[in-house]
Amino acid sequence: MGVDLTGPVLEVRALVKDFPEVRAVDDVSFAIGRGTCFGLLGPNGAGKTTTIEVVEGILRPTAGDVLYKGAPRTAGFREEVGIQFQNTELPQYLSVRETLQFFRTLYDKKANLEYLIEICRLEEILDRDNRKISGGQRQRLLLAMALANDPELVFLDEPTTGLDPQARRHLWEIVARIKSENKTIVLTTHYMEEAQILCDTIAIMDRGRVIAMGAPEELLAIHGGGASILLPGKLDAGKLEGVSCRWFEVEDGIEIQTDSLNDCIHALVGRGVDLSGMSVRSQNLEDLFLKLTGSQLRS
Amino acid sequence: MWKRIRILFIARNKEFYRDRSALGWNLLFPFLIIIGYSFLFGGNGQALYKVGVVVESSAAAKLLPPQFAEFRKTRHVEFVEFSSVEEGLEKLRHHRIDLLVQPLLKRYWMSSTSPKGYVSERLLASSGATRPDGFEKQSVVGREIPYVEWLFPGILGMNIMFSALFGVGYTVVRYRKNGALKRMSVTPVRPHEFLTAQVLSRMFLILITTAVVYAGCAALYGFSCRGSYATLFLVFAVGGFSMVALGLLVASRSSSEEFAGGVLNLLSWPMMFLSEVWFSLEGARPWVQKLAKLFPLTPMIDAARRVMNDGAGLVEVGPRLLAMAAMSALFLLAGSLLFTWRKE
Repeated sequence: MGVDLTGPVLEVRALVKDFPEVRAVDDVSFAIGRGTCFGLLGPNGAGKTTTIEVVEGILRPTAGDVLYKGAPRTAGFREEVGIQFQNTELPQYLSVRETLQFFRTLYDKKANLEYLIEICRLEEILDRDNRKISGGQRQRLLLAMALANDPELVFLDEPTTGLDPQARRHLWEIVARIKSENKTIVLTTHYMEEAQILCDTIAIMDRGRVIAMGAPEELLAIHGGGASILLPGKLDAGKLEGVSCRWFEVEDGIEIQTDSLNDCIHALVGRGVDLSGMSVRSQNLEDLFLKLTGSQLRS
Repeated sequence: MWKRIRILFIARNKEFYRDRSALGWNLLFPFLIIIGYSFLFGGNGQALYKVGVVVESSAAAKLLPPQFAEFRKTRHVEFVEFSSVEEGLEKLRHHRIDLLVQPLLKRYWMSSTSPKGYVSERLLASSGATRPDGFEKQSVVGREIPYVEWLFPGILGMNIMFSALFGVGYTVVRYRKNGALKRMSVTPVRPHEFLTAQVLSRMFLILITTAVVYAGCAALYGFSCRGSYATLFLVFAVGGFSMVALGLLVASRSSSEEFAGGVLNLLSWPMMFLSEVWFSLEGARPWVQKLAKLFPLTPMIDAARRVMNDGAGLVEVGPRLLAMAAMSALFLLAGSLLFTWRKE
């Protein structure tokens, strides 16, 4: 069968995955173009990891098709893709260098070792035991392992979860560089900022379904465009009745989303809501998600 | 394929020898057992003894002298009957019994190197059987096997059993639990390549550590193998393989270390007690002896003792090798059919 070099690298059609008591993925379809970064976004339990694991070939789909380069995946699929899991323990009692060499040897096609070390910034920890590296170093090594076969398609499942902001930004820089080398990236995350910076296309998932898909700017233009008002402290819910807005309790107060900022503020003033300490900002992907799903992203 | 098996084999070996605690324990444990036993039997001995009784016929059984009747009342001593002296002496030479008595002729035999034999003789004496009109000590004819030499193959077999079952079974379950197997499943590595590497690595480590322990104990106690080392190597290799295969079967699906540990203990403890590591099953109930034959440790220890103690060759231990090979094939087949990369 010939390889389609013009169409999408990966295409998922009407994918369904059932577990004994739950439908984890429900009629999901998307296509990913070459050299792009595709983000699957959603809260925990949205079905994004299950979707990606079906695509990776770890789980069997209940229904639907997964096409790689226009054809069903073959045994060669594993030779051509790189995968970084959310939770994987590193081989014990091996150094970082030995781990990289170990994973490179598993493949016919190998990335240059010096390239892996350089791109993932592993120079200083090469001879360190895997058990003695930090969380950020660990994630960089896991990423290097996923690149060990110089893959065309890279799956990154929540690569920055649990990292401090600095380590997260380091990893974003590495992913951006990989993307610049024309590799196709499939990224799952629940950090909207991460998706906005790295992804060309995002699919927002909730309860196993894709509820919105497109470029981040397109999605904001279609679904967003409004503003978010943050009020510190508590608020009597009765005071917001009849106001044209959506509101949520957040960690440090109340967040109100509105498409008409002036009308909303007038209404709040008219109802005697204390606006001292108020902050206003344009809506971002996170607000978009809250608007679409009505739930907090990091729940 | 072999390139991947080789790198998996090397990685697993590195994990083993860099884990100093595991390496130390595998090498030290058999030494501690042997040394401990030497000290134990230099002192007070064990509480349970087996005395063989030569009873030529049922009529002769009624003519037993009163001194012996008194001896038979001794608690914690098990009496095993034999129909001939030759049969009893064969068991005595192999420490399957501690003392052999022929009550009708007022004679007894004991192994001069067996601490349990010494204690059994004292018990016989305390019952009044060795007074001038009592029993007469006879010398054992033929080559006598020192007790430590009888014990040693059992200790080696037990060490192989623990190393294989826990070294493979527990490790594979841990790999599955921590996601290492899942990570491997998305590489070109096939399950049979992964399992082959695990088997080869553990076999290599088992045979190396067994050789080190053998050499150390032989130097310490000055004993040697009466059969060929090649046959002994084959016995431990096939026996070790059957244990590794059993470990893989246990680890084929579970991702719970607690569950796997429980199952491995459930298998290893009965094997340790019923496969004649510490004591023989001579005189045990028939169903217990039949049950013991189902364990791969039983033919391994039996064959090793025959080679080391009696100088048996490949032909003599052949049936035991075949039994272990059959068990290995069965365990491997079931293990590979049940194997899964992922947590259930």
